[in-house]
Amino acid sequence: MQTIYDVLVIGAGITGGCVLHELSKYQLNIAVIDKENDAAEGTTKANSAIVHAGYDPLPGTKMAFHNVRGNRMVKELCKHYQVHYSECGSLVIATDDDEIKTVQKLYERGIQNRVPGLKILTGAETLELEPNLNPNIRCSLFAPTGGIVNPWELCIALVETAVENGADHYFSHEVTAITPEENGYAVTVKNGIVLHTKYLVNAAGIYADRIHAMAASADFTIAPAKGEYYLLDKNQGGLVGRVIFQCPTKAGKGVLVSPTVHGNLIVGPDRTDSCGREDLATDGKNLEGIRKISEKTCQKIDFRQSIRNFAGLRAISGQEDFIIREIPGLHGFIELAGIQSPGLTSAPSIALEALELLQKAGLGLIEKKEFKNTRKVVRMKELTPDEQEQKIKENPLYGRVICRCETITEGEIVDALKSPIIPPSIDAVKRRTNAGMGRCQGGFCSPRVLEIIAREKGIDPSEVIQDKEDSRILLPHGGEESK
Amino acid sequence: MNYDIVVIGGGPAGLAAAVSAWDSGARSVLILERDKELGGILNQCIHNGFGLHYFKEELTGPEYAGRFIELLQQTGVDVKLDTMVLHITDKKEIHAVNTVDGYMIIHAKAIILAMGCRERTRGAIGIPGDRPAGIFTAGTAQRYVNMEGYLCGKRVVVLGSGDIGLIMARRMTLEGAEVLACVELMPYSNGLNRNIVQCLNDYGIPLYLSHTITKIEGKRRVERVIVSKVDENRRPIPGTEMEFNCDTVLLSVGLIPENELTREAGITIDPRTNGAVVFENMETSLSGVFACGNVVHVHDLVDFVSAESAKAGASAAAYLSRNTDGPAVEVKNGNGIGYTVPQKLRLENIEKFTELYFRARQVYGESALVLSCGGKEVLRLHRERMAPGEMEKIILPKAKLAGLTGELTLSVEEETL
Amino acid sequence: MTELTCIVCPKGCRLKVDEENGFAVTGASCPRGTAYGKKELTAPTRTVTSTVAIEGALHSRLPVKTSQEIDRALVKEAVAALKNVQVKAPVSTGDVILENVLGTGTDFIATKTMGRI
Repeated sequence: MQTIYDVLVIGAGITGGCVLHELSKYQLNIAVIDKENDAAEGTTKANSAIVHAGYDPLPGTKMAFHNVRGNRMVKELCKHYQVHYSECGSLVIATDDDEIKTVQKLYERGIQNRVPGLKILTGAETLELEPNLNPNIRCSLFAPTGGIVNPWELCIALVETAVENGADHYFSHEVTAITPEENGYAVTVKNGIVLHTKYLVNAAGIYADRIHAMAASADFTIAPAKGEYYLLDKNQGGLVGRVIFQCPTKAGKGVLVSPTVHGNLIVGPDRTDSCGREDLATDGKNLEGIRKISEKTCQKIDFRQSIRNFAGLRAISGQEDFIIREIPGLHGFIELAGIQSPGLTSAPSIALEALELLQKAGLGLIEKKEFKNTRKVVRMKELTPDEQEQKIKENPLYGRVICRCETITEGEIVDALKSPIIPPSIDAVKRRTNAGMGRCQGGFCSPRVLEIIAREKGIDPSEVIQDKEDSRILLPHGGEESK
Repeated sequence: MNYDIVVIGGGPAGLAAAVSAWDSGARSVLILERDKELGGILNQCIHNGFGLHYFKEELTGPEYAGRFIELLQQTGVDVKLDTMVLHITDKKEIHAVNTVDGYMIIHAKAIILAMGCRERTRGAIGIPGDRPAGIFTAGTAQRYVNMEGYLCGKRVVVLGSGDIGLIMARRMTLEGAEVLACVELMPYSNGLNRNIVQCLNDYGIPLYLSHTITKIEGKRRVERVIVSKVDENRRPIPGTEMEFNCDTVLLSVGLIPENELTREAGITIDPRTNGAVVFENMETSLSGVFACGNVVHVHDLVDFVSAESAKAGASAAAYLSRNTDGPAVEVKNGNGIGYTVPQKLRLENIEKFTELYFRARQVYGESALVLSCGGKEVLRLHRERMAPGEMEKIILPKAKLAGLTGELTLSVEEETL
Repeated sequence: MTELTCIVCPKGCRLKVDEENGFAVTGASCPRGTAYGKKELTAPTRTVTSTVAIEGALHSRLPVKTSQEIDRALVKEAVAALKNVQVKAPVSTGDVILENVLGTGTDFIATKTMGRI
């Protein structure tokens, strides 16, 4: 007999991941489905990686509420699941009279939103904290609860934990139709299979409007807005100690300069409206624009130390606030859409509201007796020499460094390949271990990671992919195309 | 664990340094190599053209490495393979790991840095566009093809005309790929003439000078690239776009010395070479720590790496028994000089002569190299031709240097015919 | 008349070779350049380097080269001749891997010593 799920979550990004993780604490039969071959493959893997304090959203909005509550929840989750996170604090800088007014306004908003510890600093105080910033800064808003996180790591940790606790995952499964049926929904997948579920959650990010339109009349559209970034070498990571924002404009929070949890420096994003849903291309002019704008924050960034450019898409719904609701007329079909910034910070809190909505629609939530947290990540470079020695005795592969730039060992890569969601690609291994994240961008280690993946999975090296499905790296032996 | 000399890296630089240190009398020498075999990047450079200067014959990369491995086997130098150095401290403690010894702390009297270099990547040069599979540095492609026997593409565009890119254009052609173009930003190639002729011309591969890739397209695998002509400021000229349907982009856009360990140890780095500032004996700013090969400055020919590294090895051996400290004169870069190695000379340590390696900043025809001190000419040498892509060497006789103090300046004077 | 760049030294002289005049070379600044220009147009040769499959060694490919230069026109065919060659470790530098390549009298020889593991 075919499984009928209690809840099926569409989308394995940070929003869907948080919902799945919350649901997995209860005695439910749940699953997540995603068109991509791994969790965190959409906006979750390409954003500023900031845990916002919560002074930006208008008071009284869902955004304001979830941002401030989510800020604390992200911190707890990261601690719990060994996810890289740092509560480094953030600054919004002002360089002229208008911006000083904006900073004042943000401060007041923040107080209304109950953001703890906000403080307006003078220019001198700002530069004392961050001596490398533009010396013409007149004042800044300091938010001690602002932070940085590894977003895909958090997402993968949450989905993995849910899977460990019984959730099913359907990756590389693109939903093509949703049909209401007795006591629930039939969800058709591109490959022809049909999943049945009592409740549905739409957490499809950039595609949330498409999923919506499969079962209901369209009442919003996602118009993706692209943001491009620079990621710079660790030798630039120390330029700033906190997330440095410029004053927000209509286009968004603007170009930020921030350390990353891995010690690099991130600069971006800009904003390009009305781009395609799969358009992650970077553009020379846009990148030049980012370099220029960043000078207002800091003139000391050496962009020759860039190690990577990338682009991400914001899920802009045309509505000011997040869309969090049961779709009118569709019982038990919960929609989490337009989760743009501060979506990453808000996601754990949004998940709680999603569960309330599901409960209201009739889903019974009985806690599991035992909720497993088996996630134990060995990170050799974070251990003391004695601890490393011990680990290598337990498993010699922890003594073989594969990624030189980030000092990631074969043991850590093999661990990732044995984790609850087996990484499908070199980039998926990178997202779990950091191998290939460094300054050589996998130049040295990707052939060796490829070899390890092939060996552990028992496949031919030519079958190993870079990232998305079919993103083959090598031709089958002898250069012959297998037809 | 204690050693007199620890050599970090078992590529051509480390091998030559270790052999030379042994030959100079050191008897407690250890090489730490991160790969599973000695020889470094030479193992994947299966083409010939190595050794004409050093061995006076034409060898392939593995053969060249093999010669030094044989020499090493006749010494009592210890080798630890598959071993990664994690840190070097200013107390000359080396922290390293491998699968057999676990976490090691090795105390050395002298250290020779021979870590080599890495390739510049797409991120470093910021090629716009999508981020699909199929974009490789030329060296990574070389490893796949030559060490593992897998071709990594069928239709290839090479960006950069560095030697590895040219060599790989030929190699992939011979393995059945079609190389559509080699695209070079500068108005001249950085590769050796010989490689332009034998790797591109032999196979009818067009070389586009003053061009660059302005966009990469493709969702899963590279589907096409856009190539544009650039103006004299190296900015793309709108309207000159050409489209190449390809599945692979190879990058041969420069090498960067790998000095993360060096920096961590607090050793002074020359921003022009991205390598350590060295004295006449290849000693760095940290007493007893020497450096040689591509970790000091990127060489064109391995032969020069070997020569420089032999000097570093001998110097490290000498350091064990005598103090090399002393007053130094600095070599400044005058007109037309990109950098010099060494950057500092301690005249009392120079026996008969010392070599000075340098690169010109631009292409020069008939010209004179002038070394001066306090406005006075010390040495004048004639050159028929110099180019940034070709490392130059001059010999400084001790007699000419005697009594000099302060700064030396090396500069180019163009000779009009 | 054919123009080509001399590869004998880094100077890279632009040579002109006159096919209709006994392959007379102009533009060379040394006799080696003249000789190169003539040979490049009359009987160009190349050393060929490639790899063959090897079993039981650290890596799966063994690098090889032709023991002497061969006719440039035969390079591709020579590489193709290695396609199905399979050797077993151990192999020493200089070992003959494929004899008398395409009847040229030249052998492909190993350029690396690879022990058995």
